Amino acid sequence: MKQDDPFSTKSAFGGLTLAGLMALAVGCGGGSDAPTPSSSGDGSASTPSGSSLTVGFAQVGAESSWRTAETESIKAEAEKRGVNLKFSDAQGKQENQLKAVNGFIAQGVDAIILAPVVETGWEQVLKEAKDAEIPVVLVDRGLKVSDDSLYATLIASDFVAEGRMAGEWLAEKSGGKASIIELQGTPGAAPAIDRKKGFEEAIKAHEGMKIIASQSGDFRRSGGKEVTEALLKVHGDKVTAIYAHNDDMALGAIQAIEEAGKKPGTDILVVSIDGVKGAFEAMVKGTLNCSVECSPLLGPLAFDAVEKAVAGETLPKKTIVDDQVYDQSKAAEAIDSRKY
Amino acid sequence: MRRYFPLMATFAVLIVLFGTASAMYDRFFTARVVANLFSDNAFLGITAIGMTFVILSGGIDLSVGAVLAFTMTFVASMVTEHSWHPVPAISLALALGVALGGGMGFLIQRYDLPPFLVTLGGMFFARGMAFLVSAESITIDHEFYTALQDIKIVVGPKAWLKAVALVFLSLLFGAVSLAHWTPFGRNIYALGGNESSARLMGLPVARTKIQVYALNGFCSALAGVVATIYMGSGNPAMGVGLELDAIACVVIGGTLLTGGVGYVAGTLGGVLIFGTIQSALIFDGRLNSWWLRIAIGVLLLIFILMQRQLSRMSAPTKN
Repeated sequence: MKQDDPFSTKSAFGGLTLAGLMALAVGCGGGSDAPTPSSSGDGSASTPSGSSLTVGFAQVGAESSWRTAETESIKAEAEKRGVNLKFSDAQGKQENQLKAVNGFIAQGVDAIILAPVVETGWEQVLKEAKDAEIPVVLVDRGLKVSDDSLYATLIASDFVAEGRMAGEWLAEKSGGKASIIELQGTPGAAPAIDRKKGFEEAIKAHEGMKIIASQSGDFRRSGGKEVTEALLKVHGDKVTAIYAHNDDMALGAIQAIEEAGKKPGTDILVVSIDGVKGAFEAMVKGTLNCSVECSPLLGPLAFDAVEKAVAGETLPKKTIVDDQVYDQSKAAEAIDSRKY
Repeated sequence: MRRYFPLMATFAVLIVLFGTASAMYDRFFTARVVANLFSDNAFLGITAIGMTFVILSGGIDLSVGAVLAFTMTFVASMVTEHSWHPVPAISLALALGVALGGGMGFLIQRYDLPPFLVTLGGMFFARGMAFLVSAESITIDHEFYTALQDIKIVVGPKAWLKAVALVFLSLLFGAVSLAHWTPFGRNIYALGGNESSARLMGLPVARTKIQVYALNGFCSALAGVVATIYMGSGNPAMGVGLELDAIACVVIGGTLLTGGVGYVAGTLGGVLIFGTIQSALIFDGRLNSWWLRIAIGVLLLIFILMQRQLSRMSAPTKN
């Protein structure tokens, strides 16, 4: 009896574990069985896949509508050009992005597109890519490495210029007088550093303009709302303007201003960067004053660069995306043509 | 035999997963992918080893990810901004890890506080300290680091174990010896099995408890040091939620969450399962990366259920 008992339960567990694995395997199979003609037997042979390229894209995550638009643009462009795209969402963590790039290298992709979550800590993994002769195209954010031959090119907006445009717009609108709350992006991220810098440059010329508080809202709507709530409690009526490093935080700030019983866009001017659809809607409604565009539709530029890099061409180290300033007067006519 | 069952289940799952992925994806069944599993998951593995001891002793430690981040920024800041040589910076960071862990262990033991809450406090404290040292990620550019990063043992075509993987493997062997062949190891198992019996047997319960948290503090700090070597930088935002991944690896590795039962070797299995699923998703490149969480969640539930059944079965046989 005692001998028999454990045995039967044991096999029951075997069954359970197996069932779980089957569930997992089904989960995996469901997504991938449709368009995967590339699994060609044993993995020893190096497989340059003839005509079409295999490209790995290590994306930061899906933390904002801007980033989702970027992901969609790259996916759509890959499909258009017949590129076999390997997409990895790092869920906002650098460790996951490093694993993704290492995984792409092990897999032997033709090129890697990387949107680095922070500026530092990439030297090792980029060296691996270079040793494996896989070109890396950076999109939307730069990074710091000792040797810039470690990547092919960076395709990005000029964040400093964006910050400057936001600052100049605010200076003009406010007549050079403003007590500003700054909502910073993720600490250490290039757009947060550069947009701060550009904005500060622009307002330095105006003595009446001061940043009275500057805190990180982590590029999130909830972060922007919480920080604004707290800072409005501390500084109260002194605040005349809010400058957010991205639209999502500005939209959160608008909510916080309304909850504090004030009129966003009138009592407190709100300026932000990115130009997402939600920002255009807010501008049409009158709650947001200005958004400096930072186009996420980088797909076409990115794959142009990938194709050139794979063909062995040398690219300029930076390709700058041309961005525009939108305020309430321009928002209504532009809103319908916005793709993100 | 029965006590090895969870361990066998862990490795069976690993083999099935790795086999499935190898069949599905080109170039998955290569030495490079295996070597990457050890390098890319070195710091997760190191924290999971430390966590194994804590869980074996019947406790839990939520501070590990934050201690890792603090160690990273501390070392990076000392080396880059204060021009320290990495060796004293690393030594001091490890000592701070031990002190923080030991401090939490002392509070837990001396005032009979729940480990969950004390280490939650430790987590907030260490994360705050990490951002206090530097709000931004700092590059470490030092010859000593370059030398460490260049260490590699070739294990196959285009495959090598790097310094971080070697630290992980050395710690693993050390931990297995510590758990199974030292009085300290036996005390941990006794403490986790039944604290009052352990006390009645005259085992040094108080000392062991504090030592376990100090050991885990050391492991967390070591994981932070390894992460600085892996990345060549210190990022205060690293390792958010790492403690939960580590706990998941330990449980999937067959260690009983209530303590007293489990193996360090099983934890290695848990870490490799975690890494294999993640690698497979990267190789696939079409699936949502959140499948990792879903898969780990399902495995975790299966293993908890299995352990519950096993402990029910073993309960009557003890009498």
